[in-house]
Amino acid sequence: MIYLRLFFEFFKAGLFAVGGGLATLPFLNDIADRTGWFTRAQLADMLAVSESTPGPIGVNMATYVGFTTASVPGAIIATLGLVTPSVIIILIVAAFLRAFRDNKYVNSAFYGLRPASTAMVAAAGIGVMELTLVHAGEAFGLSFFNWPALALAAVVLVLTRWVGPTKKLHPIVFILASAVVGVILKF
Amino acid sequence: MNEYLDLFLTFAKVGVMTFGGGMAMLPILQREVVESKGWATDEELTDYFAIGQCTPGIIAVNTATFIGQKRRGIPGGILATLGMVFPSLVIITILAGLITNFSHLEWVQHAFAGIRVCVCVLIFNAVLKLWKSAVHDVWGGVIFAAVLGLTLFTPLSPIVFVLAAALAGVLIQNLGGGRK
Repeated sequence: MIYLRLFFEFFKAGLFAVGGGLATLPFLNDIADRTGWFTRAQLADMLAVSESTPGPIGVNMATYVGFTTASVPGAIIATLGLVTPSVIIILIVAAFLRAFRDNKYVNSAFYGLRPASTAMVAAAGIGVMELTLVHAGEAFGLSFFNWPALALAAVVLVLTRWVGPTKKLHPIVFILASAVVGVILKF
Repeated sequence: MNEYLDLFLTFAKVGVMTFGGGMAMLPILQREVVESKGWATDEELTDYFAIGQCTPGIIAVNTATFIGQKRRGIPGGILATLGMVFPSLVIITILAGLITNFSHLEWVQHAFAGIRVCVCVLIFNAVLKLWKSAVHDVWGGVIFAAVLGLTLFTPLSPIVFVLAAALAGVLIQNLGGGRK
């Protein structure tokens, strides 16, 4: 039963994704690989839409993936699956607030979790780069690289990191500009 | 107004006004929840954020649950959370429907190919930011490298890495290694 599986998959993502924002991305990659409900390329598109619309990225991604998999009921069920573990855990933690914050085992567990979470997001990023910046089917050489895409990536990187007036701009600006470049240069 | 309804509507408003979630939400929460409603103090909000970052799940949702629970117990926590996710559900469902209908058009495909390039850079920037708050010493670097390698080259589930990394953190810190 697709609805039950959707709920369960997103419940797992909500339970194990630590650190917010893109932390759910590795779990969604994992769901894509195991279920075939959507592809990693679709996931990259969903990420762009989720970053460009209001609401927390994780929630937007769950709604989008749920909708792609099983329409409107799917969107609702995936989102509820994602937030259910949070709600349960926070309701429990709220009862022991101070003890939880000062617990040395909790703190040391998170000392290990944060680098792991960062690494999983990095791996997801490398996955998107493989899809986008290189022609994975080609032998290594000049034609292995997708040069127009690399050039666009370099420009966006410079504008988001080093150019004072543009690096504070909202990501939606870069997403829309990249869409326009993609249409004009027929990416 | 009924406070349950107020919790739902206030967090729906926060959800509409937040792009990206997480830290981007803090100023909006300060305005709506601390200054306008007086439901929490700035210190409590900072606490909720800190705990939201070190409990599983979406930080925005965790914070909403906390404040709702504080005002009206368990039903309050649930209603605040539903309020927070409601705008996403509506907006994304509409957009996803539109995009599905237009995705066969050639220019839409070119646009998304361009967007994906941008997404690469956005993820790269997010990783650099995460790295600064996550990796403080050699052990952090070791955990990062091990999880990155294993994620790329083995089919293991992320759940395995989460559990192993938490265990590694407890072992390293309680056996005297790593920066506190």
